Amino acid sequence: MSSDDGSSKKVSKKPRYSRFTQQELPACKPILTPALVIGILMCLGIIFIPIGLLALSASENVVEVVDRYDDVCIPSTDQKVGFIKDPATNKTCIRTFTIPKKMRKPVYVYYQLDNFYQNHRRYVKSRSDRQLWNPKAEYSTSLCDPEGQTGDGKPIVPCGLIAWSLFNDTYSLSKNDAALQINKKDIAWRSDRTHKFSPNVYPKNFQNGTLIGGGKLDENIPLSQQEDLMVWMRTSALPTFRKLYGKIETDLEANEKITVTIQNNYNTYSFNGKKKLVISTATWIGGKNDFIGKMYMAVGGTSIVLGVIFSLLYVFKPRPLGDPSYLSWNKNPALD
Amino acid sequence: MDYHSQIDINENSPQFPDPIRSSSTHSIQSKTTGGHSLREVSFSELGPTSVRHGSRGAESEGFSASYKEIHDDDARLIYINDPDKTNDKFEFAGNSIRTGKYSVLTFLPRNLFEQFHRVAYIYFLVIAILNQLPQLAVFGRGASIMPLAFVLLVTAVKDAYEDYRRHRSDKIENSRLAWVLVDESFQQVRWKDIRVGEIIRVCADETLPCDMVLLSTSDSTGVAYVQTTNLDGESNLKTRYAKQETQMKNLENERISGLIKSEKPNRNIYGFQANMEVDGKHISLGPSNIILRGCELKNTEWTIGVAVFAGRETKAMLNNSGAPSKRSRLETSMNREIIFLSIFLCALCAIVSVLHGIWLRRHKGELDLMQFYRKIDYSEAEEADYNYYGWGMEVFFVFLMSVIVFQIMIPISLYISMELVRVGQAFFMIRDNMMYDEASSSRFQCRALNINEDLGQIKYVFSDKTGTLTENKMEFQCACIGGIDYSSVKGGVEDSQIGNLGRDTATAISLISSSHKLKVVSTCKSIIISYLVTGGEQVLRPKMKVKVDPELLNTSKRKHTNEGRHVHDFFLALAACNTIVPLTIETPDPAVKLIDYQGESPDEQALVYAAAAYGFMLVERTSGHIVIDVQGERQRFNVLGLHEFDSDRKRMSVILGCPDKAIKVFVKGADTSMFSVIDRSQNLNVLKATETHIQTYSSKGLRTLVIGVRELSSLEFEQWQSSYEVASTALMGRASLLRKVANNIEHHLGILGASAIEDKLQQGVPEAIESLRTAGIKVWVLTGDKQETAISIGYSSKLLTSKMTQIVINNNSHESCRKSLIEALVVSKKLPDAPSGGSKNCKHQLGLIIDGTSLVYILDSELEEQLFELASKCDVVLCCRVAPLQKAGIVALIKSRTDDMTLAIGDGANDVSMIQMADVGIGISGQEGRQAVMASDFAMGQFRFLVPLLLVHGHWNYNRMSYMILYNFYRNAVFVLLLFWYVLFTSYTLTTAITDWSSVLYSVLYTSVPTIIVGVLDKDLSRTSLLKHSQLYGAGQRQESYNGKLFWVTMLDMLWQSVAVFFVPLLAYWGSNVDGSSLGDLWALGVVVMVNIHLAMDVTRWYWITHAAIWGSIIATFICVIAIDMLPFLPGYWAFFHIVKTELFWVCLSLITIGALLPRFAVKVFVQYFGHNDIQIAREAEKFGNSRRYTQTQIEMHQIFDLPQR
Repeated sequence: MSSDDGSSKKVSKKPRYSRFTQQELPACKPILTPALVIGILMCLGIIFIPIGLLALSASENVVEVVDRYDDVCIPSTDQKVGFIKDPATNKTCIRTFTIPKKMRKPVYVYYQLDNFYQNHRRYVKSRSDRQLWNPKAEYSTSLCDPEGQTGDGKPIVPCGLIAWSLFNDTYSLSKNDAALQINKKDIAWRSDRTHKFSPNVYPKNFQNGTLIGGGKLDENIPLSQQEDLMVWMRTSALPTFRKLYGKIETDLEANEKITVTIQNNYNTYSFNGKKKLVISTATWIGGKNDFIGKMYMAVGGTSIVLGVIFSLLYVFKPRPLGDPSYLSWNKNPALD
Repeated sequence: MDYHSQIDINENSPQFPDPIRSSSTHSIQSKTTGGHSLREVSFSELGPTSVRHGSRGAESEGFSASYKEIHDDDARLIYINDPDKTNDKFEFAGNSIRTGKYSVLTFLPRNLFEQFHRVAYIYFLVIAILNQLPQLAVFGRGASIMPLAFVLLVTAVKDAYEDYRRHRSDKIENSRLAWVLVDESFQQVRWKDIRVGEIIRVCADETLPCDMVLLSTSDSTGVAYVQTTNLDGESNLKTRYAKQETQMKNLENERISGLIKSEKPNRNIYGFQANMEVDGKHISLGPSNIILRGCELKNTEWTIGVAVFAGRETKAMLNNSGAPSKRSRLETSMNREIIFLSIFLCALCAIVSVLHGIWLRRHKGELDLMQFYRKIDYSEAEEADYNYYGWGMEVFFVFLMSVIVFQIMIPISLYISMELVRVGQAFFMIRDNMMYDEASSSRFQCRALNINEDLGQIKYVFSDKTGTLTENKMEFQCACIGGIDYSSVKGGVEDSQIGNLGRDTATAISLISSSHKLKVVSTCKSIIISYLVTGGEQVLRPKMKVKVDPELLNTSKRKHTNEGRHVHDFFLALAACNTIVPLTIETPDPAVKLIDYQGESPDEQALVYAAAAYGFMLVERTSGHIVIDVQGERQRFNVLGLHEFDSDRKRMSVILGCPDKAIKVFVKGADTSMFSVIDRSQNLNVLKATETHIQTYSSKGLRTLVIGVRELSSLEFEQWQSSYEVASTALMGRASLLRKVANNIEHHLGILGASAIEDKLQQGVPEAIESLRTAGIKVWVLTGDKQETAISIGYSSKLLTSKMTQIVINNNSHESCRKSLIEALVVSKKLPDAPSGGSKNCKHQLGLIIDGTSLVYILDSELEEQLFELASKCDVVLCCRVAPLQKAGIVALIKSRTDDMTLAIGDGANDVSMIQMADVGIGISGQEGRQAVMASDFAMGQFRFLVPLLLVHGHWNYNRMSYMILYNFYRNAVFVLLLFWYVLFTSYTLTTAITDWSSVLYSVLYTSVPTIIVGVLDKDLSRTSLLKHSQLYGAGQRQESYNGKLFWVTMLDMLWQSVAVFFVPLLAYWGSNVDGSSLGDLWALGVVVMVNIHLAMDVTRWYWITHAAIWGSIIATFICVIAIDMLPFLPGYWAFFHIVKTELFWVCLSLITIGALLPRFAVKVFVQYFGHNDIQIAREAEKFGNSRRYTQTQIEMHQIFDLPQR
């Protein structure tokens, strides 16, 4: 009945004219003309190839020393896991390598783990962000199981598998027998230090359980100063990842011999993970990675090739745009 | 459509007998008459859809229906004037109506219940519930419920608003006032308080508050006139009768009591069955004794009746249902792809769970200690597995979790987007000025909202003729009286001019300059006169003018010649032999009154107007007498008897007592039925001449009626009277008895002549048909008219051309039908196999003309196949003399044998079956009421609107919707695949780098608005080009915008794009110190930018809205990602700001976008340039085409489609 509301009125129901209702709004009608297409493709090529070259050269300029030590810093026995789990054994391990090219400061010291799924679902979820910031929320550990509370019901701060598995190998570097200072300040994000990890929350009951997952935390230092923890708790996206250990604020010259004293504490042996020490400089594309440069070259190159192909096609098989004789019903049916 | 309703159609439409089916009807009837409980077969079997099949024919049928005992079980007992007793045993519905679905309390549960009827919502719900299980909680609880909650909320708000509006109108309706008899005086009572059994008085121009049986009216004979516009849209007056037994009573003073036994409430507005018991007398009541809620009383001072159905049980309310729901072709074929996607989804989930199972197996021994798995929980005293349910269960949970994570592979949001887009498309169709009919001031109506895109794929148009191709405004053209042809009006330009003028009101006529008149006279030998009658001071004037043949006018004035007497009788018959009610209308000039002839048949109206123009003006009609102003002299004729038109006799008759005491029976009817009752011995020459003239008339496309007369002797009359009385009071078989009585008197008639009425073609019909034909749409015309008339209309509407080979099938038996079909097939095969579709080179076009009788033998038999074969070879098919059901049968013939889309267009009740049968049904809101409109999916004012509707809106809608569906598939799949690739790098646990909120917002906010905007607004071609090149419509017919190939190509593209968007960041950041949240942000932004640019590449018309939507979405995504990363309690706090500072982020983002879209771009350019796609070429022509040629076509289009409006 409501649909007939207007019918009784004798007012004209003619829709009011507007360009909108008649679908006649002004519009831009881009057409892919040959010139436009070739232009776009060539432009892409001209932009992408230089960027690709830049990226390649940037990657080339990165000096990177990678040293895998997990396999050598352990007695070659079948008891790898037993060795690493035994707190009494001496796990010190000394490695040396030479700097291939001059490394300008800051030189970054990373540890790299392979086959460690920091993005595993069980792992990623096992943390309590509230607890990290709010001293009163130390009991909000429901997401942290099985590392939420101690056996007698005390909250673990910071709780969860992520914190529990804190990486705890340590490195001390020396150059020509002189110790090389590793600056471990400001390795975590400023936002984490100021807004995520509270200066009023102190570690509690941490790593007290039967099963030790990784490093311990000084209970007298507030979380806001536990930068290694912050770095570790920025879970990595991929199973092969680096995390910043510290920065060296001096240049390293080529052919310099670097000696690293490693405390090989962290257990990657139980899951066949690899541990690597990485000393690297950084450029605008990050670390050493040729992928971006190559891809840019490839995309730019493809664009130019396509542009050339289309130019040739336009030259040898031209079709006037918008010629009505090309409409299917205007063509001679005999040709169909 | 089931067979039962088919029978019903047949029963309700007696104009078109259909031997095969009527036999089956008969069997049912005989079965039921055998039993004692005589239930009304047709209506009780009807079920809820019955009313759609009703037609005007039902009324006469119902009226003459025999007295039937209504069984007490099925009856509704109404004690007249005793509402307490009436409502004592059974609580009948009160008169308050509630069209609102919900109350404040029931809104939430009911609305939710209704919403969850949709499968899509159930899917949402199941996923959301799965996600609530702690083992499976993939998303945060809030995030997982949000999409469902959002959709539910939007729909609920929409429903609530609609319901609020209904409640408001209900309130207004319920508090209207009516006069009800309370304690022997009429008091004003609110409508909602009226109860069944109460006596109600309604005055002129008031609306009926409920369905009531008439008891008495102001007219002494008990006649009341009602207008049923609100009910069925018919604006003419209908007559209703109070029974004489109650009419006599003075209801206010003497307390009337009685009992009405009526049938149960049903939806049939043309049927009513009841018995009334008053003063010990049994009276049967039929549909002519009831007036229905929503009707308006007209031309009757007052009327009193007893309420029988109130409130929701009234026929008006029972009919108040929505449009039928159909599913569009696109949506149906989309389901196939949805199934592919579901399989794909299952495959992805299976891959993930199997790989996870393998991973668990391989690391079985390490799970306890592994830092990132830590299977054993040491916090309890006893060591136990933590969240580990065994290998099998873990695999199963991973499967379910992956279903949750990959849920948007099934694009549920697509259904919501589609609905929104259709609303938008409907908005533009409704607002289109090109489809607005000024004459009836009616806009285009979208009644079905879910088949907009079907309009772009129509292959067959089935059109009714009368009222659809033609205007259904009958004009008296010429007559053959006494064998002499008075048809001086020749066709031509002037003709239509006069026609237009003739339709204007008298005031407009007087403005015609004399020079114009002279011109008219000189060319056409006819003038338009406005015949005036001066009765005292009053001047009466018919409302419509008819052009008059001066020769005939002169003849009619020579009363004493033989010819003159013939003419006199002829016009007298025209004026008298009908059921027209004259109404006088006041004009601004107090001395002049207009006479408006109201009647159910436009033919009769035209004839009466014609008679009036020749000086035989019907001035007054009551049930007992009529007053005709015969050339200035008022004469009173007693109406002694009236046999209404019925479909068996195909004629009607009236018995008049003339002022000179002679008693004459005037009969008017179809030529076939009339020639059999005309006395051939009398005027054989006249008869022969008339027959030839009728032939000529119908070949011109005119509708003819033959008129006969016979003088009755008083003996004969008395015999008739007694038998009539017996028949009309008979309790059993009244209809057939009355028919017999009529047949007894309608014989040995002297022929008076024949009238010819023109049914003018609607404006722009030939052009429209031509456009549709070039668009590759086959136009079939299905009409109830005679073959000659149909063929002539075929020619005038350019449907048939002289170049065409016509095959006529016109047979009377199964065998001969078979023979002629085989012959026709041979003929059609002999012709060279020319492609159809209006190609200029095609010389041999075939036209098939087939009539209803042949169809009786062909449809539903093995000959159907041959007919289909033949018809599909023909360019034009014209079916004449078809019954409504046959129309549906023909539609079904095509529908069941091809995949082609069918569209039926019609305006009358007889088109309802066809409209409902076709994929798309269009109702013309014309002269013949609203039933076609009520049954239709779309309604519009004129046939020619079909051209912009199909070629422009249909094309747009189809293209937009197809693109939107494909794009939505792609958009969701690319995101799911992005998630899937990542899962492969998380040891097959369902971690998402992209935050939960971004995952949820992806299809809700980040990418949804542009698709909807593009789906509503984008135009591949302008209106002008689409109308100029009708052939462009073929793209839709060939399903070019949506098909399996396109789907797979899109999916291939999707695969590449997902690889690009995932692996570029992955490889760029491999082994770096990037964290999951930052990379997740890059992926989220990358996919949103890519998907939006993908859309931008395909937009053909950039409006500012499109710009706003696409770029706005990208910006909105950035804002949302920033906002999410500013929440310190999420792990990804501030991640965006860290990654956005690095150049690598931007380098990756642009590499993703370009790298992912480059193949698409190249393929697109290649296809556009060398694919010779018509749409592409037309689009280029639009932009670069010769501007001079372009403006020319615009003018041309205006000529066709924007003819000067009156």
